[in-house]
Order: sequence, then C-alpha cells, then structure tokens
Amino acid sequence: MKTILKNKFIVIGGGIILVIALISVFAPLLTDYDYGKVDLPNKHLPPSLTHLMGTDLYGRDVWCRVAYGGRISLTVAIGAMAVALVCGTLIGTFAGFVRGWAGFVLDRINDVMMAFPMLLLALIIGVVLGPSLNTMFFSIGIPCIPMFYRVARATTMSISERSYVLAARSMGSRRWRIIFRHVIPNVLPHILVIMSSAMGGAILAESSLGFLGFGIPQPTPSWGLIVNEGKTFMFTYPWTTAFSGAIIALTILGFNLLGDGLRDHMDPKIRNSPGR
Amino acid sequence: MEDKHLLEIRDLHVSFPMGRETVRAVNGVSLTLEKGESLGVVGESGCGKSVTFSAVMRLLSSPPAVINGEILLNGRDIMKLTEKQMQKVRGKEISMIFQEPMRSLNPVMLIGKQITEALLLHENMTRAEASERALDLLRFVEIPDAGSRLNSYPHQLSGGLRQRVMIAIALACNPQILLADEPTTALDVTIQAQILDLLKRLQAEAGMSIVMITHDLGVVADIVDKVAVFYAGSVVEQADRETIFGDPKHPYTSGLLKCIPTLGTSAKRLPVIEGNIPNPSDLPEGCAFRTRCRYATDLCRAEKPPQVECGPGHYCMCHYAGQIENLI
Repeated sequence: MKTILKNKFIVIGGGIILVIALISVFAPLLTDYDYGKVDLPNKHLPPSLTHLMGTDLYGRDVWCRVAYGGRISLTVAIGAMAVALVCGTLIGTFAGFVRGWAGFVLDRINDVMMAFPMLLLALIIGVVLGPSLNTMFFSIGIPCIPMFYRVARATTMSISERSYVLAARSMGSRRWRIIFRHVIPNVLPHILVIMSSAMGGAILAESSLGFLGFGIPQPTPSWGLIVNEGKTFMFTYPWTTAFSGAIIALTILGFNLLGDGLRDHMDPKIRNSPGR
Repeated sequence: MEDKHLLEIRDLHVSFPMGRETVRAVNGVSLTLEKGESLGVVGESGCGKSVTFSAVMRLLSSPPAVINGEILLNGRDIMKLTEKQMQKVRGKEISMIFQEPMRSLNPVMLIGKQITEALLLHENMTRAEASERALDLLRFVEIPDAGSRLNSYPHQLSGGLRQRVMIAIALACNPQILLADEPTTALDVTIQAQILDLLKRLQAEAGMSIVMITHDLGVVADIVDKVAVFYAGSVVEQADRETIFGDPKHPYTSGLLKCIPTLGTSAKRLPVIEGNIPNPSDLPEGCAFRTRCRYATDLCRAEKPPQVECGPGHYCMCHYAGQIENLI
C-alpha cells in the first residue's frame, strides 16, 4: 500500500477519479437545482454565479446535470469495463494457453464479434436484456470483449513460451494454477493499457445508446447525453458541450493515468526504482 | 536385468511429424540411472539429449511428439501415468533446472513465493513451515543474506544467484532425480564452477541422482560418475567417467575429446570434427555418424551398428568398437 502511494500516476489519476466520483455522490449537496426541471425562459444562459456552467436548451442548470450525470456515466463506464476486462482476459488467456481446437473456436467467435458493428451488437444485447442500468454493463461491456481478448491471447501465447512457465510445469503445477499464478499476473499490465483507452469509448457509447432510446430514460442526465443535447448549439452557446466534454476528458485522463500507474506498479522492476 | 534401477529408459523413440517430413529426434535411447549416481549426457545441439529428458518429465506435448518406448521410474512406467499422476511425479520425484536462469523465474513473483509454491503443492505444509524450509533451502544453496532474498524479485538477483534459486526450487521436495539441462551454459566461468561445486555437494550430501545435460565435456569431467554420449538421437557410447576420458571406443567420442583445448599445447588450431550433425528428418542409412567418420566403411553405410558391450558397463554403438587404434 505504501508503494502504491509513491506512484505519482496512481495518486493523481486516482485523485481525479475520486474527486469526480465524490461530486456525483454528493451532487444533491452541491446544487440547489433539479436536474429535470424545465425552465424555458432561462434557456441558454451563459455561466454566471447563479448558474456556474450556464443553462442548456431547456433552461436546466448544466452544473447540476453534470454533477448528477457522473452517477450514470461513471457507473456504466466502470461496470462495462469490468465486464469486458474480466471476460476478455479470462477467455483470451485460456485461448492463448490451450490453443488447439478450443483456441481455434474461440478465435473464430472473436472474429465474428469484431466484424459486427459495435453499436448494433450493443443494441441487440440491450433489446434482449431490456433497458436498465445492469443491462448497460453488458450491452457496452460485451462488444468491448474482443479488444481485451486479442491482447490477452497474444500476450499469453508469448508468455506461455517463457522458461518460467515450463519451470512451473516441471514442478508439477496444474494448468489452472499456472494460468492464474504465472500467466495472468504477467498479462495484466498489457490489459490495463487497453482498459484506460477503452474507458472513454464506454462513456460515449452510453450516450449513443441513450440517444437511440436504449440507455437510461430521460430526464436522468449522463455526460454523453449532455454533450449530445448541446451539440446543435455548440457554436452559439458552447458552455453546455464545453463543460460536459471537459469533465469526460478529465475522467478519461484520470483513468489513463491510473492505468499507466497500475501497470508500472505491477512491474517490480519499475515499482522499486527510485524517482517514481 | 530384473534388478530395479532408479530410472531406466528402454528403447525410447521420439519423433515430430512436420508436414510431409518426420523429425526423428530420439532413435532408440536406452539408459539407466542408479540411486545416488550422477550421469553426464553429452552431445552437440540437436542431438536429442534435451528431448530425451523432456520426455522423461513428460513435458513434450503429444501430439505433435510421437513417443515410443518405456521410461521406468522405480520400476513404474511413467509413460502410462495419467497427467494427474504425472503432476505428482514432477517436482516431487524428478525435478529439473533449466539453461536460462534469467528467464526461468516469474518476474512478478517474490523469490520466497516461488520456492514455497512447490512445497505447498507437494508437501503437507503450512505456509509458515514452507517459508521456514524456503529459508533453509536458500541457505543450503549458499545464497548470502538468504532472509532478505526471500522478499526479492528475480530482477534484483544476478544470474548466478538466480540459478541457485532455481536449484533451491528444484530441491524443495527432495526429489530422487535432478535433471540439470545445461545449468551453467548461460553463466560465466567462475559462477559456473561454483554452481558445479554446489551440484557436487548436493549429490554427496543428499544422495541425489543427478543427470547433467551439457555440450561441455569439461563440465562433465568434474562431477559425474557415468557419461552417455549422444549423437543424432542415439547413445553412441556410455561408460563410467574414467573409461570415457581414458579409453573411448567410439570415433565420435575420441573426436570430441581431441577438441578439448588444454594448456600448453603447441597446436595452432584445435582439431575439429569435420561436417555437421545430420538432419534429423533425413538421417543417413546405416550408422548415423558415418558421414563424418574418417574410418567409415561399406559396412557402416549398410548397417546400423548394434550396441556392443566392450567392457563392464561400457557400451558402444560402432561396428569397429575398440579397433579404431588399429585402423590408424
């Protein structure tokens, strides 16, 4: 734990995400407005002391909506990434380790999934499972599995050729033990890099689904939705898109830093070197 | 021949079908190893020595490898064991150390954990007992400051130390046989000598049988009781150390011995054995060594030589075993 806090990337990235998460959780304390209340006379007001981030096309307070929006966006992004990371890593590692016909079948399934348009796949899953927050984890997470799968499989194939895997086998370790103790810990750093780059995609995918009516029902805000609504007025009343876009960018930055930091932390060579 | 050997390999054949060709890596190897004995296995790269002992550990995946023959460990044919039973043999009865100490340890696992892993797997030990034993093992393989090394990562250790850790792991469960596959090849000469000393001590103190796989006769000369010389997947000559070095009967063995440089020789160039090892997917008819043998005759071209006993425990695969001196 002490060494984890020595890593600046983890501290800064984790800090950003923690602050944003806290804002979302304590949103009711941070704003007096109602995120759903339409107030047409006050639409498109620029940022001021009464409306910190201005108001949107229905006169709703943008700061209020951004603060509440994190609840959906962060939950969906983290949940979907968890689904993709766990499934992709486990299946990919397994495929890379056993190869043979099982690996072949998994590879072909993966090819089919990659050939399928991501959004379409997400919609199908959304329709099958019905709209809810839990559905979003799967409808966004499952189309992301191939990204993780490919990296996990390729890395596993290279790692399972290393001498220490052979050495573990020569000590009588079972296959599953080798996968979990020797292969996955060495695969994870590569996976984390994918995770931090896929995170932004997940936040935006949530808004696309919402836009198509398969997301969280209106008027509950999410960041992607706010960006989408403000898009039309981006050049006339830029504050709606600018502030919601900025918080998405900040979140992705946070996850990127955290991902990089965790990757370094998992490598004992870097972890214990001074100056990090 | 019904007395029990610790390890007996009977007529082992290993081949790898590769498309239209078949790579015949091991062609009828028979060897025995007794308790407390150390065997040196010598040969060029690609002569089947590593494949033979990977087969003993059942580490060759089959298919692609086609394995025939018997491998008896304490009289029990390990080719007939299930994978589960085999997992109990690996590490517990036979363990192995590898050529590349730099890559044989998991880079993200503490040294201590890697040693206790084998103990927890095979012995009924608690975690505390296992770490206690790990510490003893590190002391036994003479790692300085053993206590703090338990909490080191592999990259913090030098090559020699890592090979000592590998040996400690291999010894963890007191195996009866230690297979050392070129354990010193990747190390520099002084470290090499230390590791060989350690292995010698192991054999003396723990009564362990050691199989030393190497291409370096000098390594073998120092520590083993018995030598088997491999060529193109066969054991062309085997005998005790003194006989191999003093009275070799096979032209390949004597050729190898002539290649060892000694201090004080005036020769400008070392003698070499002309030619290359034959392609294992296209072995010559008759004797496999005839293409490089100065004494090859029509008989060598026509017939594969049988294994003849030319002294007690001294076997040689040559039509003219022991007659080479007369031919010169």
